[in-house]
Parts: sequence; structure tokens; C-alpha cells
Amino acid sequence: MSALAAAPPRPALRHRLAEHGVDRTLLLMLPGIVAIAALFCYPFVYGLGLSFQPSKGGVFGAYRSFFGDSFSSGTIATTFGLAIPSSLINVGLSVPISYRMRGDFRGKRLLLTLLVVPITLGTVLTAEGILEFFGPVGWFNLTLQKLGLVSAGAPMKLINDYWGVLFSLIISGFPFAFLLTHSYLSGIHPALEKAAATLGAGWWQRFRFVTFPLLLPGLLTTFCLTFVLGFSVFPSAMMVGDPDGKTHVISIEAYEQALQNFDYPQGCADAMIMTGLMLAVIALAMGIRALFYSGSTGGKG
Amino acid sequence: MLRTKALTLRPGTWLVWALVVFFLVNVLGVIGSVVLDSFGTTWFNGWSPNGYTSSNYSSAWNEFDLGQVMTVTFEITFLVVGLSLLLGVPAAYALARRSFPGKRAVMLLFVLPILVPPIAYGIPLATVLYKFHLAGSLTGVVLANLVPSIPFVVYTMTPFIEQIDPRLEQAARMCGAPTRSVLGRIVAPLLLPGMLAAGILVLVRTFGMFELTFLTSGPTSQTLVVSLFSAVFSAGIRSAQSIDAMAVIYTGSMLVLLVIALRFVNPTQLVARSRD
Repeated sequence: MSALAAAPPRPALRHRLAEHGVDRTLLLMLPGIVAIAALFCYPFVYGLGLSFQPSKGGVFGAYRSFFGDSFSSGTIATTFGLAIPSSLINVGLSVPISYRMRGDFRGKRLLLTLLVVPITLGTVLTAEGILEFFGPVGWFNLTLQKLGLVSAGAPMKLINDYWGVLFSLIISGFPFAFLLTHSYLSGIHPALEKAAATLGAGWWQRFRFVTFPLLLPGLLTTFCLTFVLGFSVFPSAMMVGDPDGKTHVISIEAYEQALQNFDYPQGCADAMIMTGLMLAVIALAMGIRALFYSGSTGGKG
Repeated sequence: MLRTKALTLRPGTWLVWALVVFFLVNVLGVIGSVVLDSFGTTWFNGWSPNGYTSSNYSSAWNEFDLGQVMTVTFEITFLVVGLSLLLGVPAAYALARRSFPGKRAVMLLFVLPILVPPIAYGIPLATVLYKFHLAGSLTGVVLANLVPSIPFVVYTMTPFIEQIDPRLEQAARMCGAPTRSVLGRIVAPLLLPGMLAAGILVLVRTFGMFELTFLTSGPTSQTLVVSLFSAVFSAGIRSAQSIDAMAVIYTGSMLVLLVIALRFVNPTQLVARSRD
């Protein structure tokens, strides 16, 4: 009798945890988490701590000297001046192009493959090619001369300048933006557009009121990712840009402080400022993204 | 019917195709001028070099000690691929099969190294590696390259594992298989295609990864892309042609890897995680 009246015994802790999905399988994550914690989180926290211990100027000395010096604080404007136009161009161009190419056509896989090439070549090779192709005696200027757009003695100055870096960001960033936009677009079910067409919507109305709103969250993600690419531009800004002047971007400033002047606290402070600015832009874009409808698109996405 | 439809394109379509062609022509020009210059004797102006030779390649090979650089590059790349698969796949398995409190935090931990630009975390990481006397060595470069690779493996493998039916594992357990056999004889063979794809993607990315290797490598642990950068940036004493020959060697190896990669993966997977 007494045994029946007593409350049923509480299941073992192991079983209660397993009901919430916590069991030994989770130990499999441990090596990966430890590696990321040791190689990513620890250096980041260490760098953050180090940035508050400059050799002179007190706790905020490194930050004060960054914002106090117009040459180093000017890098923020320079970096945004490259990252914003390049990501707007990349996303802006990939929308109409991927909208046109959303259907199936012959040679589509070949085209996608061709577009992947500039991404995999990497920025260093792209920069080396840009130095020659867009140089004063390169094929681009020769073509412009043949077309009579520039005179023979005065080629367009494209390299060692702002434009060379912008071109390199477009060459490596546009295919990236295009492939992302393309995969977002193929995730929108074609039946939605067909339904709009049966109701008598023209192509512009279908794009403006059906496809575009569904695509917008994906576009903002694409914008963020291309923005990150542009914001952290480094090798091409050194090679095809004007690293001591017009393209003295924040990553060059941080690199020079840390590994050329061996002022690690200052370099870490610059890296923290860079991360902070970048996360602020991403947070802004994600905040805007949250305002839009981002439910099911009825597709495979 | 199909033919006539394909020929009557609207102006918008023409504009789109013109943009694509213009872009591809420029990319071709960028690559083509490097390739052509690497075979040229001198090329100061005009459409093509004055003469052709293949001596640039042998001089580049000797001048930049490319034999050693290539060995180091492949050592680093394969170590990174192996280690990131070893650390990333189990984590991806746990993330795909279980939902547990704190899963979002773990996902965030794995997405941050992809999101934060390599230069921004590379500088503190290089500082730490210098503190432990690891910077400049092969170990340091491999460790640095693991940071973006492990999350990449996790994010490529998680959707892949999710689509494998968990009932297969349950059936194996019903038949009395211990955990070791379930993992070794049921899960691993099913994961192999995904691991191959993830491994190749990591291979391509590590081979082309500039920033992290640049920040953490020393003279004996430079990969091909870093010594290419150093050669271009400290140009002057070297002829532009041998630098271009080196660039072509880099492009060639990259294209071989790319062709292999594209046999196994979809082009869109190279930029985003699998969305199917």
C-alpha cells in the first residue's frame, strides 16, 4: 500500500537531460568548440585587453591616438568610401542579371562556373591582373584609345588609385553577390509569379510586388557579405591602390601598426575599431531586414 | 517554337547579356594579360609582347624557390583540410541531430569566424601566436587557417547530415550494433560524399587564403599566394615577367583544384552553404 501511495520516483538526471536533447552525442561538439574558443575567442579577448594597455596615454590611449590623428581616423571614411559603393554596385547589378537568368537555359552551368573563377582566383591574382590590364599601356587603355575615347598621350589613370581597388572589389565581389542572389531567387517558388500573372500583373508589377519583397531579406544578407568583403579589403588596396594616400584603408592601418611598427596594442585597437564598425553596419542591415516579411517563400530555400 | 522565342530578345535582356559579357571580357583581359606576359620577353607597350619564351618559368621557379613554397603550400593545405574535417564533422553531426538549450549560442560561435573579416581577428591572433612563439612556423599558419575552416565545415556538413534519415541509425541500433559500428559502418559511408565536398571547398579556400597566412607566416612557412604578394609588392629588382609566371603557376594550380571541386559541388556552394 505504502509503495503505491508514494510519488513515482524521479527519473534519473541523465534521462531528464536526454529529454531536452542533452546526452553524450553533444560531446562530439567539444573539440570544435574548444578549437574555436582557443583560436578565435581567446585571441579576440586578448587583443581587446591588449588594446587597453598601450605603452602611453592611459587606458584609452590607443583609441585616443587613432581618433586624434587625422591620417589614421581618415581611414574610416576611406574604407566606407570603397565598401559602400562597391557593395551597392555588386548587389545592384546582380538583381537584374539574376532575375533575367532565373529560368533554365542552355549553358547556364557553364556561365555559373565562369563566374566562380574570379572568386577562387583570389584578390592577389586579380590585383596583379588589374595592374596590367587597366595599366597606362594595358589593353583597357589601348581599347579606349582605338575607340577615340582618350588621347594617345594621356591614358586614364586607373591603377595606383581609388579606381583600381574599386574594380578589384567588383571583379571578386560581383560573382559572389550574383551567385548568392541567384540562389535566393531560385528559392522563390515560380508558382507565386505565375499566380500574379494570371491576375493580370505585368512583368514590372510581378517583380515589384511579388518577387522583390520576397527577395529583399536575401538581398540584405548579400549586401552584408559583400560589404564585409569590401570593408576588409587588404591585398588589392596595397597592390593596385595608393596605400599611403587615397586607399589607406583601416586594414592597412591596423596591419602597419601591428606588424610593421610592432605596436601590438595600437594594432589590436585598430582591429577592434574595424570589427566594431563592421558589426554596427551588419546590425543596421539586419535590423532593416527584420522589418520585412521573411517567412516561407514556398520554394526550396 | 523555342528557337524563335530565343531569338526575339527584349532590350532589357540584351542589356543584361551585354553587362555579363562586358564583365567576362574584363575578367578574361585581367587573366589573359598576366598569362600572355608570362610567356613574353619584353612588353612595354602595344597589344602583345615583343617575343615569346618559356624561360620566365624556370627563372621564376629558381628565383622564388617555388619548389619549397609549393611543398609548404600543400603541407599546410592538407593539414588544414584533415584537421578541420576531424574537428568540424563531429560538431556538425551533433548540431544536426540534437536540439538542445544553448544551440543558438553554439551556432553563433561557429558563424562569427566566417562573418568577422580575417584581417580583424588575424591581427590579435598573430599577436597571440607571437606570444607563444608559434607565429612564423608551419604550426602557426595551420592553426590560423583552422579558424575559418572549422566553421565552414560545420556549416556545409550540418544540412548534409540533416538530410540523412536518422531511422537508419535507429535500425542499426535495433539490430544490436554498438555505437562504434553505427558511426563506422552506417554514418561514415553516408557522410563520405559530403565530407569530400566540404574537404575540397576547404582546400580551395585555404589555397587562396591570403590574409591569415600573410599575418602569421614566416620566411619558411609562406604559401604560394603570400610569396606572390611579396614578390609583387617588393617588385623592382625582379622582372615583371617572372612574377607573372609565378602568378600563372598559382592560377593553374587553382584552376585544377577548381575543376576537381566543380565535379563534386554546385557553383553556388562555393559562396554559400548548401541550401537544398
